[in-house]
Amino acid sequence: MDKMLLGRYINGDSLIHRMDPRAKLFLSFYFIVIVFLCNNWQTYTLMVAIVLLCVKLSEISLGFFIKGVRPLIWLILFTVLLQIFFSTGGDPYWQWGPFTVTDAGIINGVFVFCRFVLIIFMSTLLTLTTTPLEISDGLESLLKPLLALKVPVYEIALMLSIALRFVPTLMDETTKIMNAQRARGVNFGEGGLIKQIKAVIPLLIPLFVSSFNRAEDLATAMEARGYHGGAGRTKYRKQEWKTKDTLGVVMFLLVTLALVLLRK
Amino acid sequence: MSVIIDINDLSFRYAKESQFFNLSHVNLHVNEGEWLAIIGHNGSGKSTLAKAIDGLLAPESGEIVVDGQKLTDESVWDIRKKIGMVFQNPDNQFVGADVEGDVAFGLENQGIERAEMHARVHEALEMVDMVDFAKHEPVRLSGGQKQRVAIAGVLALRPKIVIFDEATSMLDPEGRMQIISLIRQMNRKEKFTVISITHDIDEASLADRVVVLDDGQIIDDSLPQDLFQKGAELIELGLDVPFPQRLKMELGKMGVLTPQEYLDEGSMVDWLCRSILKN
Repeated sequence: MDKMLLGRYINGDSLIHRMDPRAKLFLSFYFIVIVFLCNNWQTYTLMVAIVLLCVKLSEISLGFFIKGVRPLIWLILFTVLLQIFFSTGGDPYWQWGPFTVTDAGIINGVFVFCRFVLIIFMSTLLTLTTTPLEISDGLESLLKPLLALKVPVYEIALMLSIALRFVPTLMDETTKIMNAQRARGVNFGEGGLIKQIKAVIPLLIPLFVSSFNRAEDLATAMEARGYHGGAGRTKYRKQEWKTKDTLGVVMFLLVTLALVLLRK
Repeated sequence: MSVIIDINDLSFRYAKESQFFNLSHVNLHVNEGEWLAIIGHNGSGKSTLAKAIDGLLAPESGEIVVDGQKLTDESVWDIRKKIGMVFQNPDNQFVGADVEGDVAFGLENQGIERAEMHARVHEALEMVDMVDFAKHEPVRLSGGQKQRVAIAGVLALRPKIVIFDEATSMLDPEGRMQIISLIRQMNRKEKFTVISITHDIDEASLADRVVVLDDGQIIDDSLPQDLFQKGAELIELGLDVPFPQRLKMELGKMGVLTPQEYLDEGSMVDWLCRSILKN
């Protein structure tokens, strides 16, 4: 489970770390949108430069980002190969049955590869530099306009932050139950498929039971501390929108403008 | 001394069809500023009583008056502001993603201003000696530290009454001692009314008054020294006696004449030294 990079946070005090989580969340989504504006060498170079600049500013080594790409590498390669072998148009280099390799196909393949890697780098950057807590706080305030549509934003944010707070607790618990069942002779990850699935039962059932017990206890404790819904609550943590956040947004708007101009 | 919690003829059962009452006809008065320990064997209704006082369970009959206010559906939130509760499992009462956030949770619920919250959170963490851990996540804390954070959460709310529902039962001996000395400090120095529900006999022996529950009924209500004198009777009820009392009973079995009254650890040591010097 240590290999999981999802939601991993690396402590640091860089410019990106200190940015407002709302700005980071917004810009990450915005980046994914504007990546689709790219359609030639110039635009992709610009985007790669932007991402490398952000990585540099985060003061986190490039290795972490490459690790973030690893779990998705098969999906990326599959898509790239599809692009290369099934694109039509351009000069064909090689043809065999339904497969054609053209210069346009190869270029498309490279572009798709870049697009994937850029998006993964950017979302990895978000999770590496923002604590789960900041992400849920940021989401709460970005979702606030939805209150007008009667979306229970406060409750969603609380759910999210409790879920995040319990991830490590439940991981610990899973390891403990696995060890306890191993001590009683259960073999995890051995034998045929059916046997392996069956071995999960002595892990899952106690885990479910204990999660429900925890939920019950937590609900009681929350009620005893005066929790009765989102209305009328104040927030302990304040999010501060600083100059660097405005600068970030301005930079991305300029990039958008440049992309539109450089597009063919 | 004025009465701060007044329980009259309280009955409760979890299952409506069951013959067994988890609490039956309980009458209990708690004085302001008092440290009351409630002891009893497993399933005797101790935790149920604590939850009923905080309005977390609705009693079947009887009434509860807290600080002059009768517990009803309307007054329950006011009453909860007066009562702070610390529960048994330190893992399951941690709401916030870090120490500060958890201490502030109750304050957020009351809609307190941010500046005030910061001051109160810091003050509460200082009282439990956890300031250095303000930014830590719950996974990185020991059980005793989590319980101290839970106590800080209660202190920040400044209630009149604090209920410890077996708050030390899942801790190691060191964590337990720290929590017990915190309880003592809160009761003696800060003048909180403390109700501690416990299995730990050493914790009960520090209280001003001990109530013994057995199958949902109060069977004894006395000073700790009077209670622990009843050595053998308590063991029959499935309870333990403090170590000095156990030593006294063992000495009695060996034919040594021991004083009738209850001796705490200090006076037991004194008595032993004096008897050795005499011989």
